[in-house]
Amino acid sequence: MEKELRLMKGNEAIAEAAIRAGADAYFGYPITPQSEVIEYLMAQQPHKRTGMVVLQAESEVSAINMIYGAAACGRMAMTSSSSPGISLKQEGISYIAGAELPCLILNVVRGGPGLGTIQPAQSDYFQSTKGGGHGDYRLVVLAPASVQEMYDSVELGFDLAFKYLNPVMVLADGIIGQMMEKVELGEQKVRRTPEEIIKQCPWATTGKPESRDHNIITSLDLVAANQEKFNIKLQAKYKEIQDKEVRYEMINCEDADYILVAYGSSARLSMKAMDILRAKGIKVGIFRLITLFPFPSKQLFELADKVKGFLAVEMSAGQMVEDLQLAVQFKKPVKHFGRFGGVIPSPEEIADALEQKIIGG
Amino acid sequence: MAEITLQDIIKEENLVYKKSKVMTDNTLSYCPGCGHGTAHRLIAEVIEELGIQSETIGVSPVGCSVLMYNFLDIDMQQAAHGRAPAVATAIKRIMPEKYVFTYQGDGDLAAIGTAETIHACNRGENITIIFINNGIYGMTGGQMAPTTLEGMPASTCPFGRDIELMGNPLKMTELVANLAGVYSVSRHSVHTPRNVRKAKKAILQAFESQKLKRGVSFIEIVSNCNSGWKLTPRKANEWMEENMFPFYPLGDIKVDGQLVTK
Ligand SMILES: Cc1ncc(C[n+]2csc(CCOP(=O)(O)OP(=O)(O)O)c2C)c(N)n1
Ligand code: SF4
Repeated sequence: MEKELRLMKGNEAIAEAAIRAGADAYFGYPITPQSEVIEYLMAQQPHKRTGMVVLQAESEVSAINMIYGAAACGRMAMTSSSSPGISLKQEGISYIAGAELPCLILNVVRGGPGLGTIQPAQSDYFQSTKGGGHGDYRLVVLAPASVQEMYDSVELGFDLAFKYLNPVMVLADGIIGQMMEKVELGEQKVRRTPEEIIKQCPWATTGKPESRDHNIITSLDLVAANQEKFNIKLQAKYKEIQDKEVRYEMINCEDADYILVAYGSSARLSMKAMDILRAKGIKVGIFRLITLFPFPSKQLFELADKVKGFLAVEMSAGQMVEDLQLAVQFKKPVKHFGRFGGVIPSPEEIADALEQKIIGG
Repeated sequence: MAEITLQDIIKEENLVYKKSKVMTDNTLSYCPGCGHGTAHRLIAEVIEELGIQSETIGVSPVGCSVLMYNFLDIDMQQAAHGRAPAVATAIKRIMPEKYVFTYQGDGDLAAIGTAETIHACNRGENITIIFINNGIYGMTGGQMAPTTLEGMPASTCPFGRDIELMGNPLKMTELVANLAGVYSVSRHSVHTPRNVRKAKKAILQAFESQKLKRGVSFIEIVSNCNSGWKLTPRKANEWMEENMFPFYPLGDIKVDGQLVTK
């Protein structure tokens, strides 16, 4: 069969992917730089294409609680927002993690804090990977670096969400959301029937038949000992995710003396920086993070034996670098280079930073 | 005359009342005299009488009734504080053939969840909203609610609600009645058998009207919180009649999409 190729924005690609993946629902609230997600969905009329429910909520708070309601019915539900809106969703995300529900949350990050700027940033790393809301929970965090990966993150994200009954976050940034690239589209999947959903999600609130006990979706247990037991179960799940779901890409690392560690747009910019440095005869490789949680700590720890130093490149004042430092455990120097508040670093700046902070430093 | 034993009395023909099979055997967590338990029972009876136990999904709030899911033998979700109407919106949109209701206190529905309440009502979601107005935050120990009456004491207004300082009590029910997406609105109580019968009839009609797809059916139950009000159950009901009902008058507010003019 011929490939179906299209030139699309990242935000449009992820919306199209949701329809084609057979998602059941999208709830969202407009905010730059991701409003194209809901605009694209509304223009596509997915209720006609697949029967998917799409609704513009009155706020991000409402949208994430709609996701809770849909996910608790075993549905494939997705929401999207950008930094300030994601902050508003945090209570709901914590409830979803606490009720062990699957869902997909897209954050097209912009510069903060506060209203910040509408320009791209990667300053929500802590919020995404360390919890964000209250309580001891984790999200699976995927970091697409191209429009194609935005598209692909939907199926991967839903697979992981349903496998682990856990919210999955796609952590993109304004560049990935807004830029246009060629995308290979997948086939339209048929949405699961209500019967298939009941079979796949026997825990879901789909209406209690005589044959089973009533299903309850809650994150409440007032008995501390039970709540602790539940937390231990959650931690075991996160450990399993850490063991099984680490994803990363190593580019030119075989002969490398120095490693640029980056994700998303920063990884794309680092590719150019690598070319600049290699042209000068400096052997540089890239370790591109695809999952931010789980973080590839073991792989970086091992890589540290073979190289002279690491530079974390991120559009933040230094967030991911902390996990990198923990992974490398002082075996080799780890430094950070970032532009932030919506400023995009140039490849030259990144190359300079490596030369000055790692090689010179 | 032969002695009558208990076994002689427990017979089908003598049965005047039976616990609904939609209620579980779990012991209610409410204070003695509290209206929440009666309101739960009415919902359970309506679900049983309509034969929709397998088709009903309920959403419990944050408040004293957070554990409602332990008392009703139906599929239920527990929503974040104030967000039940958003949760119910999603459930109903995804499964329009099911019966979906929220059960919310006044803090939940009329303070923290005001936006979700107004917008779900305004969109005309085909759901039933049961609003328990006891004029106080029962669960957290009796703080002022948006519905606390003028002069009424609560732990965060120990000298009584002062309108100048704390603003006016909110008549959320009258407010939502004015929204186009709302099909029926009425206010009830469950403190006397007569009122219980009326409230039950309204709940029954509210569930039935979900089939008509005409929008929200909104039922307020003015209730007591004897613990929060620091009154005995009997005194609390008297106080409710004397003080709550004049400000929150019982009766129909909107019928078949039309505001009732008095
Ligand atoms: C986000 C959030 N804020 C505050 C609380 C604390 N809280 C729990 S119940 C409640 C008020 C409940 O009052 P109401 O809705 O009137 O119900 P009642 O207990 O009186 O039935 C509050 C403020 C919470 N659980 N979550
Ligand atoms: S605190 Fe008030 S509302 Fe809560 S159970 Fe007791 S009487 Fe009922």
